[in-house]
Amino acid sequence: MKHFAKLLAGAAALGLMAGTASADDMRIALVVKALGIGFFEAAAKGAEEAAGELGDVEIIYTGPTDTTAEGQIEVINSLIAQRVDAIAISANDTDALVPTLKKAMQRGITVISWDSGVAPEGRQMHLNPSSNPLIGNMIIKLAADNLPEGGDVAVLSATTTSTNQNIWIDEMKKVMGDYPGINLVATVYGDDLADKSYREAQGLMQSYPDLDAIIAPTSVGIVAAAQAVADAGKVGEVNVTGLGLPSEMAGAIESGASKSFAIWNPIDLGYAATMIAYNLAKGEAEAEPGAAIGMGRLGEVTLDDTNSGAMADPFVYDSSNIDEFKSIF
Amino acid sequence: MSLADPDMTPVPRQIPDRLGSPAAKLLKSWESLLLLVAVGVFILNCFASPYFLDAWGLSDATFNFTEKAMIAFAMALLIISGEIDLSVASIIALCSTAMGLVMQAGGGTGLLVLTGLGTGLLCGAFNGVLVTRLGLPSIVVTIGTMSLFRGISYIVLGDGAFRGYPEGFAWFGQGYVFWVITVEMVIFTILAIVFGVVLHKTNFGRQVYAVGNNSTAALFSGIRVGRVKMILFLMTGLMSGLAAICLTSRLGSTRPSIAAGMELEVVTMVVLGGVSILGGSGSIPGVVIAAILMGLVTFGLGLLNVPGIVMSIFIGCMLIGVIAVPRLIRMARGKT
Repeated sequence: MKHFAKLLAGAAALGLMAGTASADDMRIALVVKALGIGFFEAAAKGAEEAAGELGDVEIIYTGPTDTTAEGQIEVINSLIAQRVDAIAISANDTDALVPTLKKAMQRGITVISWDSGVAPEGRQMHLNPSSNPLIGNMIIKLAADNLPEGGDVAVLSATTTSTNQNIWIDEMKKVMGDYPGINLVATVYGDDLADKSYREAQGLMQSYPDLDAIIAPTSVGIVAAAQAVADAGKVGEVNVTGLGLPSEMAGAIESGASKSFAIWNPIDLGYAATMIAYNLAKGEAEAEPGAAIGMGRLGEVTLDDTNSGAMADPFVYDSSNIDEFKSIF
Repeated sequence: MSLADPDMTPVPRQIPDRLGSPAAKLLKSWESLLLLVAVGVFILNCFASPYFLDAWGLSDATFNFTEKAMIAFAMALLIISGEIDLSVASIIALCSTAMGLVMQAGGGTGLLVLTGLGTGLLCGAFNGVLVTRLGLPSIVVTIGTMSLFRGISYIVLGDGAFRGYPEGFAWFGQGYVFWVITVEMVIFTILAIVFGVVLHKTNFGRQVYAVGNNSTAALFSGIRVGRVKMILFLMTGLMSGLAAICLTSRLGSTRPSIAAGMELEVVTMVVLGGVSILGGSGSIPGVVIAAILMGLVTFGLGLLNVPGIVMSIFIGCMLIGVIAVPRLIRMARGKT
């Protein structure tokens, strides 16, 4: 019983301390799909970086154990009860969180979504990691940067009906004029299957012996293509690039089959979400179509008609930074 | 007696010379122990977070357990009778999907409620028939229907969702009856009373205990064992349907992953409430307190931003603790 009393007193003291430490700081909750995922741990690192820059901000990094909407609702309810100043969430469900997040906004909490969005009525703004035109431009730029003399490139996509990939390829074709000397010779589809993508990449190298680069805007295709290039002994002749995950692409960067590729940077994403939440909660910016909201070192985000905006160009990964990120996601 | 290992040989039921006074019995009971723990957790929470004692916060926190408790009441009776239903969360998914289909076809709130309850009843009937008519073990049957019911939802919805439920439908999961008293809290209270009366004050309740303690003896005493179990499966299905209405209304949308993993939380609640997983004993007040206790613990830890995984560990330990402690006490008593 004595021990219990001590425990109680200890818990009470702890509670009081926690109560006073956060008295005047702005508290921003970074709610993720589930705890223990490298991508989100990296985003939390970015949020802490932003908090360090801002000074008067405390980050509450939280999320459910499983990627369920119900779990996130419990987390949001406890954040509402704690009267946090802002919630920045990567949602497990576009719709199911809307009633709870609406309630949060009614009680004066700033709500934004990032990475995985919430329906417009459940948040003030949504931060996309990038935008279709930026991605389309980035994948051709990555190929062109390594071909100063120009050259032939081919696209290895997912399926013919993959919405995202088709949009990105269309956006890429729109800006081909900015990269003179670069010819798009073919677009093939590996259906996001490792073996089919591998065979399609082999086929490209056989059909176009002068091929200089393969652009794969899919994380499955880019790994398979890099493998095909390495197996064909064409490392140095054919550069594989596109969108991929650092953990899966580390080998290809090391072998030289891929000089560089791109994908979002989770650290920047957490940083930007925190900056935006801070500016909105402070009243320094208003979330409305056309508004520009500051994101610290990343510049500004401009909102479209649905109050969503794109953070930046996809982040480029190469031999200089792959080791840092391959363990993150 | 002192040499016999209580785990190896069945201990003969002891009949005391004199029953203890009702007051002493109440004090020593499981429910009062649980209530003590719940009050302790409540007081700890008051000290641990300055945000705990807030009417609106506490009101929001009740959603942590109200829907689960609705099912837990029926599940308690089912487990007391010696059966179990692990498909309840999947029944929610199927009910919610059925309501979504009706909503798309233009059904109003009344029809949606009927669809939810009806689908729940049908699912319960399906489980019940397989268990009582074919004599299959309920744990196997309901593990099967757990995949079956949710599978149907996945086939209907794929990676899509139903949204756009009518305004009036939001009342169940988002409405307030009076000040901070939510509709779900009122449903929870009414059900607690109804199930408490049914289990503890009616013939049917006694039959449930009899079936759970010894179904053969119950059969020879003239109890229609199959019918009792069938009614309990129907009841569990119906309550799952009701929980589906509340949850769907609260989320305002349906996805096939709705209520994933809830069956284990419901069973945890029932067992924590002192219902023997082997059947034959348990009470509704115990389940009510267990539901509130689980809500208090998750809300309290949530306010301290304790990661969910630590919360799961905490609840797991609590469950093992409450099951092990009485057993340890009994063993200690047996040795002296």
